[in-house]
Amino acid sequence: MKRARPLRIGLVLALGLLVVVASVLLSCALGPQPISIRAALAGVDPDRAILLHLRLPRAILAALVGASLATAGAALQAMLRNPLADPFVLGVSGGAALGGSLVLLAAEAASQLFHAGGFLGGAPPVALGAVLGAVGATALVFALGRVGGRLVPQSALLVGVIFNAFVIGVIGVLKILVRPEQGARLLYWLEGTIGYESSTTITVGGCFIGASVLALVALSARLNLLALGDEEAASLGVEVTRSRAAVFFAASAATGAAVSLAGMVGFVGLIVPHLVRAVTGPDHRLLVPASALFGAAFLVLADTGARMAFLWIGTEPPVGALTALIGGPVFLWMLRRSTRKA
Amino acid sequence: MPSVARQLDPSPTTPAALQVDVHDLSFHYGARPVLDGVSMQARAGELVGLVGPNGAGKSTLIRLVAGLLAPASGQVRLAGLDPHAAPRRAVARVCALVPQEPQVVWPFTVREMVMLGRAPHQGLLAIAERFDRGAVEGALAACDLTELADRRLDELSGGERRRVFFARALAQEPRVLLLDEPTAFLDLAHQAAVMEMARVAADGGLCVLAVLHDLNLAASACDRLVVLSHGKPVADGPPDLVLTAERVAAVWGLPIWRGRNGATGSPVVLPAAKPGGSGSPTDS
Repeated sequence: MKRARPLRIGLVLALGLLVVVASVLLSCALGPQPISIRAALAGVDPDRAILLHLRLPRAILAALVGASLATAGAALQAMLRNPLADPFVLGVSGGAALGGSLVLLAAEAASQLFHAGGFLGGAPPVALGAVLGAVGATALVFALGRVGGRLVPQSALLVGVIFNAFVIGVIGVLKILVRPEQGARLLYWLEGTIGYESSTTITVGGCFIGASVLALVALSARLNLLALGDEEAASLGVEVTRSRAAVFFAASAATGAAVSLAGMVGFVGLIVPHLVRAVTGPDHRLLVPASALFGAAFLVLADTGARMAFLWIGTEPPVGALTALIGGPVFLWMLRRSTRKA
Repeated sequence: MPSVARQLDPSPTTPAALQVDVHDLSFHYGARPVLDGVSMQARAGELVGLVGPNGAGKSTLIRLVAGLLAPASGQVRLAGLDPHAAPRRAVARVCALVPQEPQVVWPFTVREMVMLGRAPHQGLLAIAERFDRGAVEGALAACDLTELADRRLDELSGGERRRVFFARALAQEPRVLLLDEPTAFLDLAHQAAVMEMARVAADGGLCVLAVLHDLNLAASACDRLVVLSHGKPVADGPPDLVLTAERVAAVWGLPIWRGRNGATGSPVVLPAAKPGGSGSPTDS
């Protein structure tokens, strides 16, 4: 199989961009209230209002979250030298959720004590808490996943899974400390929901996610070497400690931003890089940007699917539930395949 | 096969450039000493075999030379650099390491993997220039991999895969080539092929330092052997002088028969006792 020639790189990325645009358009057209995109573009209300204020921001939000999770997944898989790594499975999303929840709780406490928690409960502080939580969780998982100075992928994955369970417990306790409606909001957020955010939140989140994804694209040639293992990477000219820290930070930041925007949407970082790699091969210079594009399209379509599937009973599940429904079985299938090969 | 030219010109009269200079080097893992005052040198155009029993510190010495470990005391000079203190990129431009048993997690093709050897010469996104492609095709040809260049690594046999990592090291265009047990787990033909590639690399002007377990293979291919025992060098010289029956018996701890390969003239050492036969492996 020949691949990764310059023409092919352009072809894959152009196709990815096309798929993103198509899925965003589809997502804009479909919803509980049927609208005509042509009418909306011609300025006819309510089609125009629905498109500009509801559907388009939501599709862009889904695209941003999908892109960041898929890119973080591809990077973490390279670092862990294991295709089963994913920000959700590794507990990075859990750490982000914990960080974000703690900030929300602090805001709640501040508003009750000083009647002035509005700013703290806003999107930027929660996002900051989520990013710090994600960085902390990554550091923890990769520190505890070491046996005798060497990273053991299975150990790191186990640590991540256990950390997730721990986080869910902690958040369960945090939830009863806040007012019931706040607790319900917290849970709704954590389930992994692409909702309707303000354009400021989307812009800030978009810049942050864009910067993280670009950083990972810039690191992608080094990811090829780091994916060979520490000693091989070092003997091929990589400053391993420094590069690894940069990759961890960028992947954690991308995950933290995604979680602050949409809660815990699992398995996107597992499924998307896996499918992309089957087409592009393992060269991260193509895999990372292609994962960003196809991850964006994937989550836009998943969100649209979640929105449309239960329309007949007048409700919709969080998109995180849908990705878990797809991702859980895919994870198990990949696990069985990888253990059979070994 | 070993070049005729080499046999006609057994030792160059002017000494070639000193590429590896290890002086009074010590290292320990925790409290356990691994290397204790090792000094050795290797020059351009030389194939030097590093031999010794398990746990003698051979692989540790290779990794110290590559700068992957920090010495506890003593100095390593690698092509004029301090390999542990210098930037990794600078070290990778002068020194390539063929790892012991490389794991293949991602299904790179042979050509993609060999191209990764160009990384220390490339920029941020490792865009391949014409001379990068030339180095890769040259390395593929030198390791007889041109036919396999578009195959995926996970489809290759262990011997073929070892050649790929050798080719990656050649594509790195180093001055020093470090081989960590390059023949482990290979059949006889692949062992001979790897040693032949090492020989050709040395004849081409590289300084090749190889950790080897098979003494007879080492004796037939190397210009010089350095024997390590309990972290100390106990002999350093041409195989014929180094591998005496007495020394091999003392270092490896079993009675030894020494003979000579009728075809090549290189020394051959074998256990002098049959397994389960007379006597346990005690010192001679």
